Amino acid sequence: MSALPKSRLRTGDLFALGLHGVRVHPMRAALSALGIAIGIAAMIAVIGISTSSQAAVREKLAALGTNLLTMSAGKDLLGADTKLPPDAGTRVLRIDGVETSGWTTEIDYHVYRNDLTLPGETGGLRVRVAGGDLLATTGTALASGRWFNAETEKHDLVVLGAGAAEAMGITEPGNQVWLGGQYFTVLGILQPSLLTPELDSSALVGAGIAAERFGFDGSPTVLYERSSEERVPEVRDLLPATINPEAPNEVSVSRPSDALAAKNTVDQAFTGLLIGVGSIALLVGGIGVANTMVITVLERRREIGLRRSLGATRANIRNQFLMEAVLLALLGGLVGAGTGFAVTAIVAASNGWKLEVPVSVLIAGVLATVAVGAVAGVLPALRAARTSPAVALSS
Amino acid sequence: MTAPMIELVDVSREYGSPPTRALDGVNLRVERGELVAIVGPSGSGKSTLLNLIGTLDRASAGQTRVAGYSVEKLSDRQLSALRAHSIGFVFQQFQLSEGVSARDNVAAGLLYTGKPARERRAVATEALERVGLGHRLLHRPAQMSGGERQRVAIARAMVRNPDLLLADEPTGSLDSRSGEIVVEILRELHASGTTVVVITHDRELAQRLPRRVGIRDGRIESDERDTVLAVSA
Repeated sequence: MSALPKSRLRTGDLFALGLHGVRVHPMRAALSALGIAIGIAAMIAVIGISTSSQAAVREKLAALGTNLLTMSAGKDLLGADTKLPPDAGTRVLRIDGVETSGWTTEIDYHVYRNDLTLPGETGGLRVRVAGGDLLATTGTALASGRWFNAETEKHDLVVLGAGAAEAMGITEPGNQVWLGGQYFTVLGILQPSLLTPELDSSALVGAGIAAERFGFDGSPTVLYERSSEERVPEVRDLLPATINPEAPNEVSVSRPSDALAAKNTVDQAFTGLLIGVGSIALLVGGIGVANTMVITVLERRREIGLRRSLGATRANIRNQFLMEAVLLALLGGLVGAGTGFAVTAIVAASNGWKLEVPVSVLIAGVLATVAVGAVAGVLPALRAARTSPAVALSS
Repeated sequence: MTAPMIELVDVSREYGSPPTRALDGVNLRVERGELVAIVGPSGSGKSTLLNLIGTLDRASAGQTRVAGYSVEKLSDRQLSALRAHSIGFVFQQFQLSEGVSARDNVAAGLLYTGKPARERRAVATEALERVGLGHRLLHRPAQMSGGERQRVAIARAMVRNPDLLLADEPTGSLDSRSGEIVVEILRELHASGTTVVVITHDRELAQRLPRRVGIRDGRIESDERDTVLAVSA
């Protein structure tokens, strides 16, 4: 008895067989791949939008620097509000590495559009006295008008934060606002300040006029300083004792860039939730593919019988249907990845972000669909392989 | 001496529980190069017999030898290989793929032999020419008559040059003229050395083949041979 030659199916032919179902029932294939496409699109869009926005924040932080430290007066042992010493702004410059400093003091007056506004309608706006090199230190730019100089800080002039100007409907300098019982003329309007958002809702006045009209004693409530990037940790340690040697523990120091980073962490939690939703869509999509494959195997029993009569082994039949499930899922995965990428591109473009979708995420997404397809196809494919050829042909 | 093409010794096949016997103690020997009709009414067990001979099914008892191989001793994988290389099937309902051309349907007959696609197509074209369908290579089954479809199916069985061709009611769905052409092609195949087994309920068709094995209720009832080979009309 001569040795029996083996049944053999070429890999390329297996691939072509796998596409058979997609070719014969394109509508069914599209619908069952749709679930997977939606799942992958959602996941890639969520990750893409999140990484793109984080990249945008990182870029901004890099431009603004992470070397800004903020000191504010804390509470004393009895819980009463304290103040920083009046010379804190110049003292801080003595620390090695500190380049600029600026300060604000919140005073108990309010700003209104005009004298007819009810006193209660403050709009959450604060009046602050500004001093030192505040704009350079906090990285805030002027949108229009000018900043105080040694002369203008003595006059009844005000510089509005971006939010304050918007709230009062003021778009250019020269307008007047009602502040502390008299009209102040707007000298300048600031751009939004990313690192020090408290300036946005502020109406800033000079120290000279504040001392004259509002009894300002020269003590800052918040002090800003910027040092060289590598000196930040040392400066941070030296700050409390330098500013307030008598009560260093009453000074609290913070780093605004940390707050921005923390906000990103919150975004990540949200991202996690959306990815979870995407995974569920993917799972449901996988079930859709499995369902389609079960029907396909039932419908194509005659074909299975014929292929067995032509010499297909059980493994050949199993691989054919497994391949079909994987290709079906892969089709959904590719469409979904493309859609997710497109959505990310649109969102990034409309927000002015640079598009950033990690290639590893795209690859992982497509590989995930292949895995889902393989898992979804296993049972139907095994069932197809187990079908008795004699029974299949007579069905 | 060369082994017979088909050798069944005391073969039975039972289905279900309680078991019903589709075949009951069948003994059959078909030599290489024979042209045999297995004839019987529906329900007689002739399809079961075809499945056993074609190694699509295994007997419940007895010995089945096909092309010299003991079917009981072969694994499913080995039986698949035996079918891929040595056995061709022709079915009453043709079993063609609707979505692909006649040539690709025929080429599918070589799919599991591992031959490259280009070679499969070349052989398929040749086979279609042999059954007189050289002008219909790229037609789909739906564009062809029943007789033409059955010739495509025969071409698919032929491409592997099988030692054994099993035809299950090959003329069952055809008008008499198309049936005539199909029988003629089977005769030609036989003349070129292939062992051909035709399963039919049509006594008239069976009468025109040199050997007729009658089957009824799962048993071989008769086995007639023409003493002189009939010259094809």
